Amino acid sequence: MHGYLTIEQVGKSFETAKGPFTALSDVSLAIEKGEFVSIIGHSGCGKSTLMNIVAGLSKPSTGAVLLDGAVVDEPGPDRAVVFQNHSLLPWLTAYANVRLAVDKVFGKTKTSAERDEWTRHNLALVHMDHALGKKPDELSGGMRQRVGIARALAMQPKILLLDEPFGALDALTRAHLQDTVMDIHRETKCTAVMITHDVDEAVLLSDRIVMMTNGPAATIGEICDVRLERPRRRLKAADTPEYARCRMQVLQFLYERHAKAA
Amino acid sequence: MTGTLGEAERKPKLGPWLSELKPLEKIRGISAVLLPPLITIGLLLLLWQILCGQDGSSLPPPSKVLKDTSELIRDPFFDHGGTDVGLFWQILASLKRVGIGFSLAAVCGVALGVLIGQSSFAYRGLDPIFQVLRTVPPLAWLPISLAAFKDSNPSAIFVIFITAIWPIILNTAVGVRQIPQDYRNISRVLRLNGFEYFFKILLPASVPYMFTGLRIGVGLSWLAIVAAEMLVGGVGIGFFIWDGWNSSLLSEIILALIYVGIIGFLLDRAISFVGRLIAGRPI
Repeated sequence: MHGYLTIEQVGKSFETAKGPFTALSDVSLAIEKGEFVSIIGHSGCGKSTLMNIVAGLSKPSTGAVLLDGAVVDEPGPDRAVVFQNHSLLPWLTAYANVRLAVDKVFGKTKTSAERDEWTRHNLALVHMDHALGKKPDELSGGMRQRVGIARALAMQPKILLLDEPFGALDALTRAHLQDTVMDIHRETKCTAVMITHDVDEAVLLSDRIVMMTNGPAATIGEICDVRLERPRRRLKAADTPEYARCRMQVLQFLYERHAKAA
Repeated sequence: MTGTLGEAERKPKLGPWLSELKPLEKIRGISAVLLPPLITIGLLLLLWQILCGQDGSSLPPPSKVLKDTSELIRDPFFDHGGTDVGLFWQILASLKRVGIGFSLAAVCGVALGVLIGQSSFAYRGLDPIFQVLRTVPPLAWLPISLAAFKDSNPSAIFVIFITAIWPIILNTAVGVRQIPQDYRNISRVLRLNGFEYFFKILLPASVPYMFTGLRIGVGLSWLAIVAAEMLVGGVGIGFFIWDGWNSSLLSEIILALIYVGIIGFLLDRAISFVGRLIAGRPI
């Protein structure tokens, strides 16, 4: 099992007051270059833990993660993360937030003018070129998340990690951002892993949907291949048998076989 | 408004409403701000005049204070040698001591605050000591520092230093400890080095807390300098007050108190202004 990103028998346990707690066990997954993969599961199923391990923010207790042939053991700009709560620096403008990342990643390889150009280009990609000088608290939640996505894209990562990127947004804003992410994925051909708990979002955006069993010792339960043609249009896609099949498969997994007591 | 990053856009807008109003409304707006304090000050002066205006009262009324000190007010710059100098020089001498002591406290306090905010080992080791030492009253340090420095001026400066440093340390430490994990994650993903983390994340994220500490610190220093100067003597507003008491010049003492209050207020405002300038947002 070897892909562009390879997750091999990754497990994670934490020491707690009541003894060791195993959050993840034996998770193996290979993701091809350019693929868009969603990870879905009930809350507490360890999907964020898995994401942090891929990002390098925490270390796996067992197993390893390989990206493009190299072992992941620390965070780095080749695995840019879009956090759920945008985590923009509030004292910097939208432009400066992205520019900070651009300066750090391309400080030695691009001239200042090129970096300025690249920063503006990425903000334009997420349709935020009208608000370069605004600070995060002057922006709406959706706009902040757009800037967060621009910052991640600007690092030109090998893989884009999206940790419930639209979880805090209202349904309409969420749909707009999903469209933007689809456009970006088509244009940049980036490889992306997204955590979500929204079934429609997963089906619409992904090439594959990875379904996680409930913790403790959560692992991959099922994988659904979404064979919808790209580019996808929200309404057209939703009207196809393939969409309905994928949606039903995920729903059955989540609510029949791995239903969680509330 | 869009697309540019000009200086003008970054500056906080201070009361833009004033410029948008018509002249008459402008006057009304200003008087709404200025009138209430003027009325209360007027009433207080009147009350004071009535209470102290009778014969045999132990304190002078405002009219007498004004008459006695008119020369001091009019010429704050005279210099007759020794401690017999104008109020400007007296206050300047005090401000110099506060300036040196407070600056040292700001540098050391921020450094120590960052240290105990960042390292839980340093926090556990130093916090109990700080918690005990910070309750020691400023003047209690004076005899020790006189013994150590064998000179009055450095002793007074040390008292300022030791008074101002605690709130600076503790507030800075709180500021550093509250930096959200998200910001640390960002810096890890971007692989910021220690230097970059300090200047690009830690400092801007904790600046509002630092300046809360600095404002409390400068207020305490100004409280302490007057008391310290009463004891160590020399030129300075504290000794001026003490000298006034020894010479029974009550009007001069009252004038000095008013000056001390105004300067303390201005110091607080100055620090909060600098903080706003550095943080780029209200603090």
